[in-house]
Amino acid sequence: MSVQTFTPRAFHEQAREALGNPQIRANFRSAMDGLMAKRRDSFGDWDLETLRELGASIRLRALARLPDLLERLEANCEANGIRVHWAEDGEHACRLIRELCEARGARSVIKGKSMVTEEMHLNAHLEAAGIQALESDLGEYLVQLNEQTPSHIIMPAIHLNTDEIADVMHDKTGIERTRDVDAMTAAARAQLRERFMAADVGISGVNFAVAETGTLCLVENEGNGRMTTTVPPVHIAVTGLEKVVEHLRDVAPLYSLLTRSATGQHATTYLNMISGPRKAQEHDGPEEVHLVLVDNGRSGIYQDDELLDTLRCIRCGACMNHCPVYTRVGGHSYGTTYPGPIGSILSPHLMGLEDTKDLPTASSLCGACGEVCPVKIPIPDLLVRLRREAVGEGRGNVRGAGAKRSRAELVAWKGWQWLATHPGAWRGGTAIAGKLRALTPSRLGPWTEYRTAPKPAKTTLHTLLKQRRHEEKDA
Amino acid sequence: MTPVKLYPAKPDKVYFFGTCLVDLFFPEAGLDGIRLLEREGIEVIFPEDQTCCGQPAYTSGYQDEARAVAEAQLDLFPEPWPIIVPSGSCGGMMRVHYPDLFADTPREAQAREVAGRVFELTEFLVHVCHLRLDDRGPAEKVAMHTSCSARREMGLADTGPALLGRLAGVELVEQARAAECCGFGGTFAVRHPEVSGAMVEDKSRAIEAAGAQHFVTSDCGCLMNIAGRLEHRKSAVRGEHIASYLWRRTS
Repeated sequence: MSVQTFTPRAFHEQAREALGNPQIRANFRSAMDGLMAKRRDSFGDWDLETLRELGASIRLRALARLPDLLERLEANCEANGIRVHWAEDGEHACRLIRELCEARGARSVIKGKSMVTEEMHLNAHLEAAGIQALESDLGEYLVQLNEQTPSHIIMPAIHLNTDEIADVMHDKTGIERTRDVDAMTAAARAQLRERFMAADVGISGVNFAVAETGTLCLVENEGNGRMTTTVPPVHIAVTGLEKVVEHLRDVAPLYSLLTRSATGQHATTYLNMISGPRKAQEHDGPEEVHLVLVDNGRSGIYQDDELLDTLRCIRCGACMNHCPVYTRVGGHSYGTTYPGPIGSILSPHLMGLEDTKDLPTASSLCGACGEVCPVKIPIPDLLVRLRREAVGEGRGNVRGAGAKRSRAELVAWKGWQWLATHPGAWRGGTAIAGKLRALTPSRLGPWTEYRTAPKPAKTTLHTLLKQRRHEEKDA
Repeated sequence: MTPVKLYPAKPDKVYFFGTCLVDLFFPEAGLDGIRLLEREGIEVIFPEDQTCCGQPAYTSGYQDEARAVAEAQLDLFPEPWPIIVPSGSCGGMMRVHYPDLFADTPREAQAREVAGRVFELTEFLVHVCHLRLDDRGPAEKVAMHTSCSARREMGLADTGPALLGRLAGVELVEQARAAECCGFGGTFAVRHPEVSGAMVEDKSRAIEAAGAQHFVTSDCGCLMNIAGRLEHRKSAVRGEHIASYLWRRTS
C-alpha cells in the first residue's frame, strides 16, 4: 500500500496546491470555525487564564524533574506489571514493537490513535515484517483506507467532507454508497469489531503517564481505545517521553483543558486509566502490557531552556484550529506528522532544520496559537527562535541549524542595520525615496499579485515635522 | 500572569516614535497622531535621530542586527516621559521584546525602563488622555481592524473601537472573524505570498461584507496590506490610519 506522501521541503508547492483547491479550503474553514466556536463555548465563564496558568505550571513542574519522574514512572509501571521499554529514536521504537509482536507470533495488530507511531511510521515498518496494522480510530481508519496520512492531530480525516468519506467507504469497504453519517459509522463499527476480536496485539498512544502511580491515561471518544487496550492479549502503549506528569491529581486539570481546547467537550466519552495487565482473578484484559517510551529528538529539546517549552504540549490541536495559515493550507501542506504551529516548532527537532526550514516562517506571528494554548507555550517566540537558528551560523544545538543561511540576505540585513544606525543617512535615504516615488515600480514581485504597490510619500514624517518647526518659527 | 498596566496621569510632555512605515509611507498618520496629542495640551517631542524599532530583523531571525538598531533608539528618550507609538506592532516590539533582546547585556536596565514607558497611540488616548471627541464628519459605517500585535501582544483589542465609539456620526460595524490576522506579518507576506494573499483577500471581503464604507486600523503594516488589496480589486472601500480618521473628523 503506497501512502500519499507530503514533505516539509515542498511546503510552498503543497500550500499553493491546497490554496487552489476550493474543496480543501471549504472543508478546513468550516471545520476550524466550528472547533473555535465549540472551544469558546465550552470554557463558558470559567477563569480560563487561571486554569491555563495551572496547566502550564503542572507541565513545567513535570519537565523540571523529567529524568526523576521517568525513573519513578518506570519503577511504578513495572511494579504494576507493565513492562517498560526505552527507545532512542523512531527506528529503535519500531524495532522494539516489532519484536514484541513477533515474540507472540502476531500477524495482526489493531491500533488506537497514536501520533507518535505516525511520527515513526510504525505501520509501514510492521507491514514490511508481514504484520498487518489496522487503525481503529474512525478518522485514522478513513485516512488509512484512503492511503493518506492524518491532516490534524486530533481529527485525522478533517480534510475530507461527507461526500468524500462516502466515496472512501463505498470504494474501499464495498458498502452501499450512502451519505448517511450514522449508517457509515455503523458500517465502520461492524468492520472494525471483527478486527478487534481477531487482533493479536493492540497498540495505543498515551495522553498522560502518571509517575507516582504508574498509570497510563488514554483520552478518547469512540471506545476504540478501550477495545484496543483490553481485547487483544497484548497491549503496547507508545508515548513520547515528555508525556509524564507527577501526580494523579495533575490529570484532572490537564484533562479539563485538553478536552475543551481540542473539541470543546466538557468530558470525552472515555477516559481510560490503565494500571496493568489482567490479574489472576480477573476475566478480561490483556495478558501483557508494555510501555514504550520514545525519545526521538526530545532529549535534545530538553537541553535548551527556551526550547524546552515545546515539550509542555498536551496535543490538543487548538493551535492549529486557530491558526489562519493552517486553516487555509490544511494539514498535509506541512508534510509533517504534526502540522500547524506546534508542528512548526516541534518538527525541526524531530526531522532537522534542513528539511523543515520553511515551517517556522509559515506564520504571520499573529499570536492566535499562543493565546489559546492550554499550557501557555509561547509558540510565536519559539517560531522566532527557530527562524534565528535557521539563518544563524549553525552553532546552536538544533539539528540542521544554519540551513537557511544566505549570504545575500545577511548582506541585505547588514545594509539595513547600517542605515538604521546612521540617522543622517536614514533621513537622507528616505527623503530621496520620496522624491523618486514616481519611479517606484508598480509591480513588486508577489506583493502586487494581490495588492497595489506601496509608494513612498512625497515627504517623510521627519521632513514634515521639520517644515512645521520652520513655519512656527517664521510665524 | 500578564502584569496589569497602571496608567499615569496625563503628562505635560511625551516622546513620539513615528515608526519607519509611517515615516516613509504614511507621514500624515504620524502628524495627525501628534496633532491629537497636542490638542490635549501635551507637548510632543519627536527625537530627530529615530529610525526603526528593529522588528523586521528580529522576526526574521536576525537578532544581532535587530539589537544594533534597537540600541540606537534607546538613548533617544532620556527624560522620564511616555513614549507614544502609533502602531501596536512596533509598540509591542519595544514594550514586550526589548527587555528580552537586551537581557544579559549592559543595556538591559535601560531597555526595561524604556519598554515600561511605551504606549500605543490609541491606548494612550483612551487610558491616559481620556480623549473626548467632537465629531464633525458625516454619518458613516466604519470597520476597524485591530492588528494582532495590538490585540494579543499588547492586549489592546478595545482601545481603537472605544475611540471610534466616541464619534457621534460613526457606526462601527464588525467584520466576520474580526480577530483573525490580515496576513501581513512583515516578511511573511514576502516569504509566503500565496498564503498571505489568501488571508488578505478574506479580510478585505469580510470588511466589505460587513457593509463598511471605510475601514481604519492602528497599524500601517495592516493598512498597506488591506488597503492595497482593496485598491487592487478596485473596491469602493478605502482604508486609513485611525489617527488620521480621528483628526479628520474632529478638526
